[in-house]
Amino acid sequence: MSGALDARLALTLGGFRLDAELRVPGTGVTAVVGPSGSGKSTLLRCLAGLEPRALGRIQLGDEIWLDAERGVCVPAHRRGAAVVFQDAAPFAHLSVRRNLEYGLRRCPVARRQLGLDDVTSWLRIVPLLDRRPGGLSGGERQRVAIARALLAGPRLLLLDEPLASLDPPARAEILELLRALFARTSIPVLYVTHARSEAVHLADHVVVMEAGRVRASGPLREIMLRADAPFGEPGELGCVVEAEVVAMDERDGIAELRFAGGMLYVPSRLRLGEQRRIEILARDISLSLEAPHRTSILNVLPARVEAVYDAESPQPIVKVDVGGTALLARVSLRSLRLLELREGVRVFVQVKAVAVIP
Amino acid sequence: MNGDIAALLLTLRLAAISTALLLLLATPLAWWVARTQSRWKAPIEAAVALPLVLPPTVLGFYLLLALGPHGPVGSLWGALGGGPLVFSFSGLVVGSVIYSLPFVVQPIQAGFEQLGRAPLEAAATLGAGPVDRFFSVALPQTLRHFLAAAVLGFAHTLGEFGVVLMIGGNIPNRTRVVSIAIYDHVETLDYAAAHQLAGILLAISFAVLLLVFATNRRLRGTPVT
Repeated sequence: MSGALDARLALTLGGFRLDAELRVPGTGVTAVVGPSGSGKSTLLRCLAGLEPRALGRIQLGDEIWLDAERGVCVPAHRRGAAVVFQDAAPFAHLSVRRNLEYGLRRCPVARRQLGLDDVTSWLRIVPLLDRRPGGLSGGERQRVAIARALLAGPRLLLLDEPLASLDPPARAEILELLRALFARTSIPVLYVTHARSEAVHLADHVVVMEAGRVRASGPLREIMLRADAPFGEPGELGCVVEAEVVAMDERDGIAELRFAGGMLYVPSRLRLGEQRRIEILARDISLSLEAPHRTSILNVLPARVEAVYDAESPQPIVKVDVGGTALLARVSLRSLRLLELREGVRVFVQVKAVAVIP
Repeated sequence: MNGDIAALLLTLRLAAISTALLLLLATPLAWWVARTQSRWKAPIEAAVALPLVLPPTVLGFYLLLALGPHGPVGSLWGALGGGPLVFSFSGLVVGSVIYSLPFVVQPIQAGFEQLGRAPLEAAATLGAGPVDRFFSVALPQTLRHFLAAAVLGFAHTLGEFGVVLMIGGNIPNRTRVVSIAIYDHVETLDYAAAHQLAGILLAISFAVLLLVFATNRRLRGTPVT
């Protein structure tokens, strides 16, 4: 069991300066997001020990990987931080099986917790085992690289935009595999991505980078609710709730999900008892002062206005509280004025669309 | 004819020993040149490449001075208890190594440059230390380049003439290599003997290169990058 990751890093590379401080829990998936050039990959390389000139301090649990002031710098091969790069290339001179054994063989016995059979079947690469990497597709190469990294028994798994160079179908397939995979292992994962959707799918925690610095970090829900920390494109502002499928109306094809703030009705076929992550975008929520009658909108929930952000902009953001769960709604400036929306006002939230995350 | 066989064997021995030493010397040198960002990179690369452009006699002349009993290398070697370097087999080996250095360093350097940092970094994060990384990733992925380097070094040493003439002379069984023997035969108008020896050298060279290109084709199945 690894402890939390604590890092304070400084590195100048040409004209770019990384000056980042972060604390990441010792379990679960932490997405590192931010625009390209914000230092996400550099941060990852520093953590892995691939930037010898990095200064600062890195501690994972009670192990110190870097303490520049005391001249401590554990080399990459002794850190146990396996990396999957964007263009992860399995070693060209080895078969897929030998590639996987490469990490497995170098994994200290004490850290050996996953077997080749399990990992290869989880990642659906059993049929590729005797192939040479040369003929593999992009998605296959990534899956081999992920398996190879896992089998090295890492204390920390670092993924650097592992899906960025794949086509959408391959990306969706691996995203689903990764979700199941991360649920099975207790290895803390740092997942660098500029795709907000990947973070929403996978992450428990989020670190938002901007111009070499950590702009914000915290649990996914909290970060998504912060309208001040850009997380994806403005149109993608929204939040996620965890919900459980409690009923399935087969006639209308509607799944009924319970979340902390009430019920959500979703046109989707889901299994009873399933836990799902539901994404609700701010632009898909409208607010009304009275309960709407005879509306086509399935999800209407009573709420209370908690805060108004960007009150001067043409499209302010209203944060509402639905039975203890916060949601974000994007309204027009005129609606804000006509409805006199401000903290404490009781409203009804109408959710026009939700996305069940696969 | 006996003298010719001795010259042939001596030449093969010289080429084999020089190639082995060259690989040992050129590998770390190529590794350093391929990765360094030091300002010494360019001067070192230029120095290694000098034998490509210098007339062998110029190189041989300087070697003669350096390796001679009063030269810096020769006197040091003597002080360490070594015999004379000029007009000896050891001297020929030293000369061949310097003469053929660029032919061995450059292909290996190209291999390391083509390999790039990514596979080595991946290996490091999988728990492979520096020596482990070299033997488990760098060497197998640049095997083709090593093969080319060894062959070029070997073949180049086989055909060496000017440097040998300057620092080795023409002592049977010690410094009389094939190229010198052929020159002797031609000088004495013994064209038959020259033909024979030249033919053998041609055949050996062709056989070695054929072996390389055939192997190379098979190795190409595994991409170098």
